[in-house]
Amino acid sequence: MSDDTTDETTGEQTDGKALKSGEGAPVPDKATDSAATRTDDDPRAVSASQHTGGGRVAELSDEDREPVKIGERRGMFGATRGQDTSGYGGLVTPTLLPGASERPYGSYFDEVADLLGTALDGDLYERAVEKVVVDRGEMTLFVHREHLLAVARVLRDDPALRFEMCMGVSGTHYPGEEGRELHAVYPLLSITHGSRRIRLEVTCPEADPHVPSVVEVWPGNDWHEREVWDMFGIVFDGHPALTRILMPDDWPGHPQRKDYPLGGIAVEYKGGVVPPPDERRAYS
Amino acid sequence: MTTHDSGTIYDDTDASPGLDPALPGADPYGVAVDDETEGATSFTVSGGDWNDLVDEATALHEERIVVNMGPQHPSTHGVLRLILELDGETVTEARAGIGYLHTGIEKNMEFRTWTQGVTFCTRMDYLTPMFQEAAYCLAIERLLGITDRVPERASIIRVLMMELTRISSHLIALGTGGMEMGATTVMTVGFRERERILRVFEAVTGLRMNNAYIRPGGVAQDVPHGAVDMVRGVISELRHGIGELEKLLVENPLLKGRTVGVGYLDLTGCVALGVTGPVLRSTGLPHDLRKSAPYCGYETYDFDVVTRTGADAYDRLRIRLDEMHQSLRIVEQCLDRLQRTEGQPVMVDDKKIAWPAQLAIGGDGQGNSLDHIREIMGTSMEALIHHFKLVTEGFRVPPGQAYVAVESAKGELGCHAVSDGGTRPYRAHFRDPSFNNLQAVAAMCEGSQVADVIVAVASIDPVMGGVDR
Repeated sequence: MSDDTTDETTGEQTDGKALKSGEGAPVPDKATDSAATRTDDDPRAVSASQHTGGGRVAELSDEDREPVKIGERRGMFGATRGQDTSGYGGLVTPTLLPGASERPYGSYFDEVADLLGTALDGDLYERAVEKVVVDRGEMTLFVHREHLLAVARVLRDDPALRFEMCMGVSGTHYPGEEGRELHAVYPLLSITHGSRRIRLEVTCPEADPHVPSVVEVWPGNDWHEREVWDMFGIVFDGHPALTRILMPDDWPGHPQRKDYPLGGIAVEYKGGVVPPPDERRAYS
Repeated sequence: MTTHDSGTIYDDTDASPGLDPALPGADPYGVAVDDETEGATSFTVSGGDWNDLVDEATALHEERIVVNMGPQHPSTHGVLRLILELDGETVTEARAGIGYLHTGIEKNMEFRTWTQGVTFCTRMDYLTPMFQEAAYCLAIERLLGITDRVPERASIIRVLMMELTRISSHLIALGTGGMEMGATTVMTVGFRERERILRVFEAVTGLRMNNAYIRPGGVAQDVPHGAVDMVRGVISELRHGIGELEKLLVENPLLKGRTVGVGYLDLTGCVALGVTGPVLRSTGLPHDLRKSAPYCGYETYDFDVVTRTGADAYDRLRIRLDEMHQSLRIVEQCLDRLQRTEGQPVMVDDKKIAWPAQLAIGGDGQGNSLDHIREIMGTSMEALIHHFKLVTEGFRVPPGQAYVAVESAKGELGCHAVSDGGTRPYRAHFRDPSFNNLQAVAAMCEGSQVADVIVAVASIDPVMGGVDR
């Protein structure tokens, strides 16, 4: 029944589009994804969803849908030095981040994905966007790093997308996720479309920590990328002056990586040296 | 040479170049001898007679001078270092150097529980503590999926505290900005008015700054008796004080001469550089997250977004003045709602997240609520265990990430929180508005006079605690 109503409301337009683009008849098969229920009044949004059919993205395999394991927790009470006498010491709990989501994503996320698919010419979309994760009402597009600039440019320039603001970049280090230890997360904001937000996430291995810089697309990301280089050691290729920004220029290491300890650095001031807190005289 | 007995931790080495007058570079504040690069001459100025320096520089026939302003300069807002290339009085190139106040707050937060993180992030931008707390707690609540379960009264108190913080931050911005232009009265009035707000904070949270008052799930405790009346009194005093500031500033010909057309940055520049807050609104774009992406129930409050179109330091100053009046409007609405919701909870009703005790000061000036102590010590051992576990170990947050942005006094303050399912943040990143907006210094200052640099930086209103985190 619901299919019938969808056809009734969108049938005419759909046919026209299908003929023009020769795309077959890509009718959204869910009542929730019809033009009638679409809240945005942008005609491009409607046509784009019909163009890509909302199902253009390859079917998700079970593997895609599975949550991403980034590590595991042992025991129950956080004791790590063999003092766990509770009997729960052998417990292993995997740490799972949400896996790829299936359509419909909900909210304006379907529309953003459709528009991006159209603007990127479908084929490139499939190659560039690794997966889409919709979690807690936020949409994350995992983008392959080699296509990051193309995606960023389209997201900024396409009038129907128009994410004109990039709110910086935040690094995250997942030592347990082999081959994609370092993540760079870009929160985007579209003021034009009523403060829509999406997030780009790019991964790179620790052995080859290179991500293209988006400074030429969003110049405001200059300092943010320097901060992520400083703290996580991700090299943003094409950045105009990738130098440390918060730590001193000659600092060894990247402090916010998970294998970098807290403390352990002596305080030096005018020749005097105060040992780090964990090595100071104890009073016990 | 030691300053304490044996076993001291303060070891002074003999070869310290800064302390031994016989060694080269006897002036500990001066440049090192090997600091000269490419044959350029370094001049060190630490107060004293500038004429000598000018004579010396003139004698060298150097037309291009690079001046390091800061990091210890009274008019650069804390430890901001401005590297200015000058051609006479004109700034040809300006760069900002930051990092002198980096304290590793984000790293530290990864080693404390989610609740303890509030105590850290409140210290980032020390003039807007409530905004960091709110952004961080909203991010945690989204991760926990309890955004809708935060009690109404808690959101009202959050809005009240945030708006009061906005006023106090703007007062500092105007006060220090005025002082940097030589108007000390503006500074004294600004700080005097801010003091009223700090007294409210002290009455409500126990601390004037660095409050750690907003907690995941609500706020630490309800506002004390008499707080509503106290704030009502403060509002009328603030109105008077802000009016005084307006009289001092708005039509002041000296101030207008220093600020109109100075630090110009148009809409294109703002959007390209990701600049938000009063600087963006001074270009005429009414972008305010309180309106466009409301949180904490801002959509139910009646207020206007203040914009102007001059895109200069003067308009930013006027926007701050007008925003304070709008904030006072919101505060008044908060007070009415607080009276209406008297006695309602201020913390989420999930006993796995909310601390069981509402702290209440006893006769001895400290302590916990007596009923709770009676329960955990006398009747319920499980309650005692639960309390202990929740306070020491904390609660677990399901794995995932969230980005929550609030409209701080300076622009978009975002918190990117990542959880791995543990009791501590896996990563907590703060997108501080000052950090981003400081990038605009070059665009605002290049081609202007040295004196205008001060005004332009003051109009951005950066706080280095937030910039460097």
